[in-house]
Amino acid sequence: MLLFGKRLSNAIVSAICVGSVAISFIYAAGAVSGLMGLPESGRFVQVILFDWVPAGAMHTTAGGLMRFDVPWGLMLDPLNSVMVLVVTGVGLLIHIYSVGYMGHEGGYYRFFGYLNLFMFSMLTLVLANNMLLMFVGWEGVGLCSYLLIGFYFQRKSASDAGKKAFIVNRVGDAGFLLGLFLTLGTLGTINFHEIGPALAAGHFALGAPVMTAIALLLFVGATGKSAQIPLYIWLPDAMEGPTPVSALIHAATMVTAGVYMVTRMNAIYQLSPTAMDVVAVIGAATAIFAASMGLVQNDIKRVLAYSTISQLGYMFLALGVGAFTAGIFHLMTHAFFKALLFLGSGSVIHAMSGEQDMRKMGALWNKIPTTSRTFMVATLAIAGIPPFAGFFSKDSILGAAYERSPMLWAVGWVTAGMTAFYMFRLVNMTFFGQSRVEHDVEHHIHESPSSMTIPLIILAALSFVGGWIGWPELLGGSDRFAHFLQPVMGPRALEITTEAEKASRGANTIEYLLMLASVLMALTGIALAYRWYITNTDAPERFAARMGGLYRLVVHKYYVDEIYDALFVNRTKDLGTALGAFDRGVVDGAGVNGVGLLTRVVSRISMWWDRWIVDGLVNVSARIVWAFSYPMRLVQTGYVSGYALLIVVGLIALLGYYLHLVRLPVH
Amino acid sequence: MLSITHYLVLSLALFTIGVIGVVTRRNVIIILMSIELILNAVNINLVAFSRLFGDVSGQVFAIFIITDAAAEAAIGLGIIIAFFRNRETVLADEMDLLKW
Repeated sequence: MLLFGKRLSNAIVSAICVGSVAISFIYAAGAVSGLMGLPESGRFVQVILFDWVPAGAMHTTAGGLMRFDVPWGLMLDPLNSVMVLVVTGVGLLIHIYSVGYMGHEGGYYRFFGYLNLFMFSMLTLVLANNMLLMFVGWEGVGLCSYLLIGFYFQRKSASDAGKKAFIVNRVGDAGFLLGLFLTLGTLGTINFHEIGPALAAGHFALGAPVMTAIALLLFVGATGKSAQIPLYIWLPDAMEGPTPVSALIHAATMVTAGVYMVTRMNAIYQLSPTAMDVVAVIGAATAIFAASMGLVQNDIKRVLAYSTISQLGYMFLALGVGAFTAGIFHLMTHAFFKALLFLGSGSVIHAMSGEQDMRKMGALWNKIPTTSRTFMVATLAIAGIPPFAGFFSKDSILGAAYERSPMLWAVGWVTAGMTAFYMFRLVNMTFFGQSRVEHDVEHHIHESPSSMTIPLIILAALSFVGGWIGWPELLGGSDRFAHFLQPVMGPRALEITTEAEKASRGANTIEYLLMLASVLMALTGIALAYRWYITNTDAPERFAARMGGLYRLVVHKYYVDEIYDALFVNRTKDLGTALGAFDRGVVDGAGVNGVGLLTRVVSRISMWWDRWIVDGLVNVSARIVWAFSYPMRLVQTGYVSGYALLIVVGLIALLGYYLHLVRLPVH
Repeated sequence: MLSITHYLVLSLALFTIGVIGVVTRRNVIIILMSIELILNAVNINLVAFSRLFGDVSGQVFAIFIITDAAAEAAIGLGIIIAFFRNRETVLADEMDLLKW
């Protein structure tokens, strides 16, 4: 598509790209239902496409000998199936939505090409049966994130945002790779289903340092991909991309990759309580930190961005306290309502002819009915109002958090209140109250086409019923979701404790109270939002003025971007400048020019040597010959008589010699 | 009466006179004549010994030498004439062109 799509018409592009996702979804559904047919303990299907890295035997640091061999293999088990259905299902709805939303944009083929590339990468990530293939998908989604955030690349802010996303992601990826290598060195394998046996064989103690190291390194990767502290800074800027991109990548799928990865590696995490604590604390801190920033944003998409970061914090909080299924449950429900929120906001922006500032909206409830009503469903879901989806998933997280540490629960609880508040602030400012819409925009307000509204309706339905699959046993349900995922989780996972056990600890009462507390907190947030944005609309400004410095701090996002700029970005640029100066001064100056100078000096010496010594030797040898030859010359008198005399003398000498030899007898 | 010794002494005397002539005389033609003397002295020596031992090969060799001496004289004179045409002299001490 990317290579050749330019010549294709929009209709054909849509047919190919949306069609391929639809086919993927159908296959996924078929595969998962096939998996469900298998008995609970044996729900595992694997397909090896080819032997990718056949490397041979290697020793592990734990002392074992393993065969290191990385196949390009795909697998399906309960955890995967949740992910693959979410990715293809929500992905399909977003693709359909994009047909309507991007219909009038340039670069239509490019958008869908990238979006399909993203789907491929995400599915590779989710279906991989080993860490290395997962990393291929991991990088692929990072790349597509960059491409899609910077889709409107002519805008500098958009291309900057794309760069920021990719670079921050890469920092996390370094951690992931180190974790991968450490896993490989310690266990000798990076196949997900061999890690369990390898851990058992290695007899690692609970809290072993190497497990903590692996877990933390992998978590660094997760913070980058899933926008946790300290690597969350790219996600708000990522709103520069088109809204379907925000919905797909930054709400439903890519950012959840970190959560999936940690859950997939839960066996390692459960061996390291330290790492789990770190995950939980960072998750909780991120949740409340991001929520605080979402309270004061005026751009509709920014609020949702901070909301995403905050909800991801919830998911990591769940993973950190051992409630892995709760984390995945929230991942799923979040995908539904967050995608709906983003798509809905896209619909609002579409109706408002591109306006994204909520201060210029209001009283849209009846003007864009489908959008507004589905949006309300999503808002109720995210606020955690039963029986909408968000309530069940958020509640299971908070319940598990309370068991681990009431402090963590408190943070989550307050954040829930903030969530309800800022979401209803958003809804009130956008849909209710006085209309602050600009005059020329007001005429064009219209409901979106059905390609956009139908996905909204479907997602709204899912946001309503999606949580029912995890209806807690306490309220009469069977929590089929947790049971479904149980085989994948390790022996220490928190979920399945029987009702009898819980009752004996008086835990039931606490759970009821916690549920009640969550709902009350949500209602408080909603009530405050109502008062401030519908009835007493000048109250927010007065409060902000009273809070003065604190308000400014939050509005400027705690100056985190500026701090990072000063600490890292500018220092890196300085390093670049310094290296450039080094290159020019030392390498070019001393190096290249110096070598030239050196060569000239050497050649001077060589010349001297040649002239004085080599030539000198030649001359000396000639002189020696002359010295010997001079006396010889004097013999040549040219005087014939002299020659004749010499002949005679020689003759006499020879004669004498021979006579002497012979000893002529004298008689 | 006449033994071999007489002939040998005669030969020696002639030889010596010839050698002294070659070494001492200035005029190259005289030098040539002296060379002829040496050769003839050798001839007498050869014939004397041939007579003594009854072997005729000595006399044969003497005939060879006579022939050779004749050729040599001819060539020698030719060289002298060529030289005289160039340098106008037949005196040995004036022939020093090969001097260094």
